[in-house]
Amino acid sequence: MSKLEIKDKQVVVPGEMLAEGMDYLPGFGTYRDKDKIIANRLGIADIQGRALKIIPLSGRYIPKNNDVVIGKVFDITFSGWRLDINSAYSGMLILKDATTEYIARGADLTQYYSLGDYLVCKITNVTSQKLVDLSMKGPGLKKLGKGRIISVNPHKVPRIIGKQGSMVNMIKNLTKCWVIVGQNGLIWLQGKPSEEVIAIKAIRKIESESHLPGLTERIKAFLESIVSDKSKKQDTTKQDATKQDTKPDKRPDTKPEGESQ
Amino acid sequence: MVITMNNEFKNHIIQALDMNVRSDGRKLDEFREISVTTDVSKTAEGSAIVKVGDTVVIAGVKLDIGAPFPDRPDEGAIMVNVELLPLSNPDFEPGPPSIEAIELARVVDRGIRESRAIDVKKLAIKKGEKCWLAQIDICTINDAGSLLDASALATIAALKNTRFPAYENEEIDYKNKTDKTLELEKIPVSVTVFKIGKNYLVDPLKEEEKNYDARLTVALTEDNTLCALQKGGELPLTTDDISRMIDIASEKAAEIRKYI
Amino acid sequence: MTYEKRHDQRRPEETRVIEAKAGVIPNADGSAYFKIGNTVAYAAVYGPRDLHPKFMQDPSKGVLRCNYNMMPFSGMGDRVRPGANRRSKEISMVTEKAILPVIDLSDYPNAVVDVFIELPQTDAGSRCAGICAASIALADAGLSMKDLVSAVSVGKVDKMIVVDLDYEEEAYDDGPVADVPIAYISATDEISLLQMDGEITKEELMKGIEMGKKACLKINEIQKKALKDRFNNPNGDHNEQ
Repeated sequence: MSKLEIKDKQVVVPGEMLAEGMDYLPGFGTYRDKDKIIANRLGIADIQGRALKIIPLSGRYIPKNNDVVIGKVFDITFSGWRLDINSAYSGMLILKDATTEYIARGADLTQYYSLGDYLVCKITNVTSQKLVDLSMKGPGLKKLGKGRIISVNPHKVPRIIGKQGSMVNMIKNLTKCWVIVGQNGLIWLQGKPSEEVIAIKAIRKIESESHLPGLTERIKAFLESIVSDKSKKQDTTKQDATKQDTKPDKRPDTKPEGESQ
Repeated sequence: MVITMNNEFKNHIIQALDMNVRSDGRKLDEFREISVTTDVSKTAEGSAIVKVGDTVVIAGVKLDIGAPFPDRPDEGAIMVNVELLPLSNPDFEPGPPSIEAIELARVVDRGIRESRAIDVKKLAIKKGEKCWLAQIDICTINDAGSLLDASALATIAALKNTRFPAYENEEIDYKNKTDKTLELEKIPVSVTVFKIGKNYLVDPLKEEEKNYDARLTVALTEDNTLCALQKGGELPLTTDDISRMIDIASEKAAEIRKYI
Repeated sequence: MTYEKRHDQRRPEETRVIEAKAGVIPNADGSAYFKIGNTVAYAAVYGPRDLHPKFMQDPSKGVLRCNYNMMPFSGMGDRVRPGANRRSKEISMVTEKAILPVIDLSDYPNAVVDVFIELPQTDAGSRCAGICAASIALADAGLSMKDLVSAVSVGKVDKMIVVDLDYEEEAYDDGPVADVPIAYISATDEISLLQMDGEITKEELMKGIEMGKKACLKINEIQKKALKDRFNNPNGDHNEQ
C-alpha cells in the first residue's frame, strides 16, 4: 500500500515526505529513505505515473552540454578567450571553435572578441571537474552588439522562452525588441529604449509569477495594456525611434533553443 | 573581477538616458520608492532601516561614555562607521573596511558633523574627563545601488530615534532607556547626483553606478545650506555641471526629508 | 529563592515567538530572516561560485563556508567592534559543521558556497538563530539538502530544565546555569551541533536534549513554511491548476 503525500505541481521543500511505500520511484531532487521518498530540493513536485521528481525553482546556473548561453569575455589567453557564463565555472572558447575564419598564430585576438564583449555561444563539453568548452560555430551563435543585458533566475528560462518559443516571440512582437535568451539566465535585449523597459518588465513578471497558472494570458494582457497605453503618447519620441530602427545591423532573429517546459 | 561593459553597451544606456528612459522605467530625476522604519534593533539606542527600491541599509546608534578629546574638553564625540557586508553584495568581501566603505562613512559623517545636527557640547558630562560618544554603524543588507544616500538617511533617522540609556553611579544601564533624546539641531539630507554622458540622474541602479562619469554628493540642511560635498568618479565637472547638480540635489533633498 | 517560574511566563519547553521569512535579500542566491524572541538573524547564500584562493579548493566537492557576524550595535551591552574575533570565528566553524551533514555539494567541485549570517539584535541564542536562518537560505538557493537543520538552545536555570534561554536566564546568578545550544536533523534523528557551558548532570542534559528535539521539530515546520510562503499566491492556492 503506497500513499502519495503531496499533490502534483505543489511547492515542496527539503526534508518533506513526498510518498510512502515502494510503488513510487525517486527522481531528480528526491531520495529514498527506507520506504519513504523525501524531497532534497526546493521546487515543484512533478508526478509522472509512478515517478516523482522536483522541478527546481531557484539556484545558480550549472553548465550543461549543448546549452546555448550568453557569456562575457573576461580574459584572453594564448589559446583563446575565457568567458564568464553566469556560473561558478567559466567557459573556455579556443581558437579553432571561435570563428569559421583561420586565425593565424600570434594574431591579435581582441580583433575577434575583446574584453567585455558578450557572446552567444554553445557549450560543447563539460567535464566531471566542470571544465567548460564553448563554441561559436552554429546557427545563431555570434557576438552581441549594443543592447541591454539582464540577468534572471536560470530556472525560469524555459518559461520565458515558452512552448516552441511562444512566450519570447510574443514579447518580441509586442515590444518590437530583439531578444536573445541564454540558458544561463542572461538575456540580451535591443530596441527602442521605452520598449526595452516594457520587455524587461514583462520578463520580470514571468520570473516572479511563472509558477502560477494562466501565465501566457496574463503576460499577453500585461504587454497589450502597456503597449497600447504607450502608443497613445508615443509621438514625442517617435523621431528618435525611427532613427534607431533603421540603424541596427539586421541580424537573423534567432534565439538559442526554443525549448519549452 | 573588474571588467566593465564595452563601449557599445555603455553608449546604448546613454542613448536611452538621452531620451529620459532608465531600465526600470524611471525618469532621470526620480527616486525609487523610499521607506524608513525606526526602532528596528532593540540592542541599539537608536536604529532605522531604510529601503530605497531593493536597496536596504540598517543604521544603529550605540551611546557609550568615554574621555573627551584633549583639545575639546567640553565636547562629546560622534563617530560614523560603514560595514559593506558581504551579505549584501556578491562583490563585497569580509575583512577590514574597503576604501569605498571608508569614503561612504566619511561623507555621511561630514554631513552630520558639519551641519551641527548634533550639538556635541550637550554630550559633555564632566569637562575634560567624561562625555558621551555616539557611535553610528551603518550595515548594508542589500546593495541595489545608491548606498550613500540611503546610508545618510538611515543615519539621521537612527539618530532621531536615539534614547539615552540610564546612567547612574558612573555605570550605563543599557537595558533601561530613558526618555532623553539626542536633540537634533538640524536635519541634513544627502543626495548624490550622477553624471553619465551629458545626463544627470539620481538614485542609480547598479548598472548606472558601474558606468557613471562623475558624481557629486550634496548634503543640505532644511534651509538649503550646503553642509558637505564630495565629488567622485573619473571625469571632471564644469562649474555649470556643479551648479545644476546642486539644484537637482536641493530639490530632491526636500522630497526625501519628508520621510524622516 | 529558586527559579521555578520563567520570568516571561513561558512553559519550560516553550520557545520564544518565532518568525521566519525566505528570500529577503534580492542580491543573494538564497536568503532568509529568522527571529526568535529578540534575537534576529539574516542569512544570505552566494554560490556555488569560484573559490579563491585556489589552495582552498576541493576537487571532489564544493566547500561550505559560513561567516557569522554580529552587527556592532547588536550586543546587549557595549558596542561590538566590527570584524571577526575569536568568538565569531568559532561560531562560524560550528555553524558549518552543523549544516554539512545535510548538504550535498558533490556537484560543485572546486567551488564554494558562502553563507553570511548577520545579526542586527541579539538576546541569547544567536548561533542557533543563525543556523536556522542559514538552513532556510541554503534551501532557498536551490541546493540539495536531506533536510533543513533546526537549532535551539536548551539548558538549566537553577533547577529547571528549559528550552530557548534568553539573556536574562543565561545571566541568572542565584543558582547554576547551563546553556546547551543544539542543532537537530529531524530526517535522521541526529544532533549536529552540541556545545555546553555551565554545570549540568548527564541526566539533566539528556532530558534537555529531548526537549530541544521536540522544539526543533516545531522550528522545522516554521522553516519549511517560510520557504513555501515565498511561492504561495496571496489570492489563493496556486496548486489548483
